[in-house]
Amino acid sequence: MQKYSVFSLIKNAFKGHKDWEVAWKDPTPKSEYDVIIIGGGGHGLATAYYLAKEHNITKVAIIEKGWIGGGNVGRNTTIIRSNYMHDENGLFSEFGMDLWRNMSQDLNFNVMFSPRGIINLAHSDAQMNAYSRRGNSMRLNGIDAVLLNREEVKKIIPMADFSENVRFPIFGGLMQPSAGTARHDAVAWGYARQADSMGVDIIQNCEVTGFDISNGKILGVRTSKGDIKAKKIGLCVAGSTNILAEKLNMTLPIETHLLQACVSEPIKPILDNVVTFGAGHFYCSQSDKGEMVMGGDLDGYNSYAQRGNLPTLQHVLTEGIAMFPFLSKLKMLRTWGGIMDMSMDGSPIIDKTHIDGLYLNCGWCYGGFKATPASGWTFAHTIAQDRPHELNEGYSLNRFSTGHLIDEKGLGTKTWIS
Amino acid sequence: MLHIKCPHCGLRSQNEFSYGGDATIKRPELNKEVSDQDWDNFVYLRKSPRGKHLELWQHISGCRQWIKVERDTLTHEIFKTLKANEEL
Repeated sequence: MQKYSVFSLIKNAFKGHKDWEVAWKDPTPKSEYDVIIIGGGGHGLATAYYLAKEHNITKVAIIEKGWIGGGNVGRNTTIIRSNYMHDENGLFSEFGMDLWRNMSQDLNFNVMFSPRGIINLAHSDAQMNAYSRRGNSMRLNGIDAVLLNREEVKKIIPMADFSENVRFPIFGGLMQPSAGTARHDAVAWGYARQADSMGVDIIQNCEVTGFDISNGKILGVRTSKGDIKAKKIGLCVAGSTNILAEKLNMTLPIETHLLQACVSEPIKPILDNVVTFGAGHFYCSQSDKGEMVMGGDLDGYNSYAQRGNLPTLQHVLTEGIAMFPFLSKLKMLRTWGGIMDMSMDGSPIIDKTHIDGLYLNCGWCYGGFKATPASGWTFAHTIAQDRPHELNEGYSLNRFSTGHLIDEKGLGTKTWIS
Repeated sequence: MLHIKCPHCGLRSQNEFSYGGDATIKRPELNKEVSDQDWDNFVYLRKSPRGKHLELWQHISGCRQWIKVERDTLTHEIFKTLKANEEL
């Protein structure tokens, strides 16, 4: 594989950029693989990469219905953080933060990881107490957390509404300085390029139409490009999880919902951090191009539409304007919607299933992007060793029936309530 | 924007309603032995189909009645609305 560096860039510039190798091949599927990963998004590509890198399993195929990186990894708000209270989420995400910090070097692909810090704003004394508790829990798990008072927040984001007569005054905030953002497409492409170079077949425009199962054991998949045998199959299909589960006669603790996000026209640098509104659900950062990247609530009803409705967008942006009044002056450049695999406790599932050789990776709700490396790493371990790693033991499929839920937000099963 | 025809009030905008989830889920019968699996099915497991979906909505900013809506989860087309005690 051609190494990307400033020297290869200069060399290729003299040749008019005509001699670059393709970043990944376009192979026809073989008749059999050791492992098939269904879903060529961030999580699927990362899983294939870590299967090859950590477990020396290279007879692997990624089967993608559309094109790689065309799903939620291509349309998220790029936030990376590990500011969770529960041990399962905190330790898992912080393991991921280490992978993020080294990702550009590891993949030889600039993923533009930018640890600019995230601030969750608090708007009452009670919320400050809750943040103080969460911050302490984070620090016990080795995650950086700083509780900021009103004046400290004002120094960092003076453009927020600090006037006295507002409905939700800013009392302070909880900051994770090591959190940040990354270039989402680069993450998918970086993993794809490295996986391909280690022998993984990336098969695009290939839809899975069914599964070949005998005596409770998986034997292969049926696809639009023919039947493919495999000893092990991993599902990494996010919002399409329920559709494939139906083909497997499985009913899962997952509902598929719609989430919108949007970007404004580009403006000069104003916001250095990721900031979230604490009296509702709104988050905002500024991209390197200058666009304000914003998102918030789910639309709130089951949907596979990949496009949203305006009332939710209006609601979300009302919260944004309450936090940053200057946003009201901006023109909207682009809005989009994607479908989320909402689990019944808001935490993901990375586990084996009752079918021998079939593994499940789903339930990422609206927090899948930041989990990409840790999810791929632990899912690869789960597939290779046929048992979960201690980092994803808590993300079991049967935790719902045994009562070991990881209900970070305390919302219960009503995933559409934000 | 969704336009939902409340069986009590007529056609209203989505803003007046709040969502209540899958309407086909049945609570296990009271005063009878409930297996863990039955309870699991009721509380956690959802088909979440792509296509026709019968769901509960509440006309929260209108008559406050719970209603059933048959809606396509891919196209958002609404086929039918029913009172809560009516079956398809």
